Amino acid sequence: MLLLELFVSYLKIGFFGFGGGYAMLSLIQNEVVVRHAWMTNAQFADIVAISQITPGPIAINSATYVGYTVGSQLGGAAYGLLGSVVATFAVCLPSLTLMIAVARFFLRLKDNRLVEGAMRGMRPVVVGMIAAAALLLIFPHSEAPGDRNFIDAWSWALFGGVMIGSWRKVNPILLIALSAAAGIVIYYPF
Amino acid sequence: MVSLRTVFASFFRIGLFTFGGGYAMIPIIEREIIDRRRWIDRREFLDLLTLAQSVPGPIAVNTSVFVGYKVRGMRGAVAALLGAVVPSFTIILLIALFFAGIRQNAVVDAAFKGMRPAVVALIIGPVLSLAHGMHAAMYGIIVLAALAIWGLGWSPVAILAMAAAAGIAWELRMARKIKN
Repeated sequence: MLLLELFVSYLKIGFFGFGGGYAMLSLIQNEVVVRHAWMTNAQFADIVAISQITPGPIAINSATYVGYTVGSQLGGAAYGLLGSVVATFAVCLPSLTLMIAVARFFLRLKDNRLVEGAMRGMRPVVVGMIAAAALLLIFPHSEAPGDRNFIDAWSWALFGGVMIGSWRKVNPILLIALSAAAGIVIYYPF
Repeated sequence: MVSLRTVFASFFRIGLFTFGGGYAMIPIIEREIIDRRRWIDRREFLDLLTLAQSVPGPIAVNTSVFVGYKVRGMRGAVAALLGAVVPSFTIILLIALFFAGIRQNAVVDAAFKGMRPAVVALIIGPVLSLAHGMHAAMYGIIVLAALAIWGLGWSPVAILAMAAAAGIAWELRMARKIKN
């Protein structure tokens, strides 16, 4: 039952994941944190951090990770593996079927005015979805410690530093690595 | 005929070196698919990128399915998809297996406390750059969508569907106006 829910959630994420990785974050967050409470807001931020420093699309990374976490709640690593396969397969399924359809009717779809209209309508919403994901990560719906990603003034200092870094086009992997190092210096009780 | 193994290997290489999501992989795909294998040409690749963005799903996955299908049909599409997905699947699975064990470690915990606000800053970057090129009226929609999802708890899927419907209605109205 849990695996079926997992499958449906990731099928939905794959099917409505317009606008690539970052836009899909809001959908993933909505399914995984808000609706099903499979993980906390902080755990979700951890997955995004892991996705940033490992190769591959964020949607795939999160599907594999969440699938494993949810699956292993059923009992052990074997269920975890099953869960990660189910979620990863589900998130890819819409891409696979829709892209093959597009490849067959390539030109007709590209110049279709209705498709173009729908795209134009969705474009600003996709940007808003990315903003919503960031807002929820900063201002969670609950005050539980597991939901808070900003714990003190240092959090905001790191946030500001990485904002400037990313604006100056510093490599995001380097920025994440530096923040991890800063985190150890700041929070580890030496 | 191109072998399925070659298709798989090409996309495996792309999947393995695609850090930081969709757009980061464009130069890697260009080198592998256009320059090295010559499976599609540059102009076709641009069209493909537009399409990969109009169809839901990760751009890397969409691109691999399309190219795989073009080279070897249905089987090619599956081979390319597997190639693109297997590297990140394996790496994340290994992390998930071992992360639970080290998660309580004080050093790891401190590192993640540092990374969390950094991740949020990295997400805000594309919001600003994507909004930058848009018409000022669109800013209102961006803000409303963000507030509805975060503040009111509306489903992002419902908002996407409404926006698509509004876009189509607008397009139909414009078409009628031109006719008259």
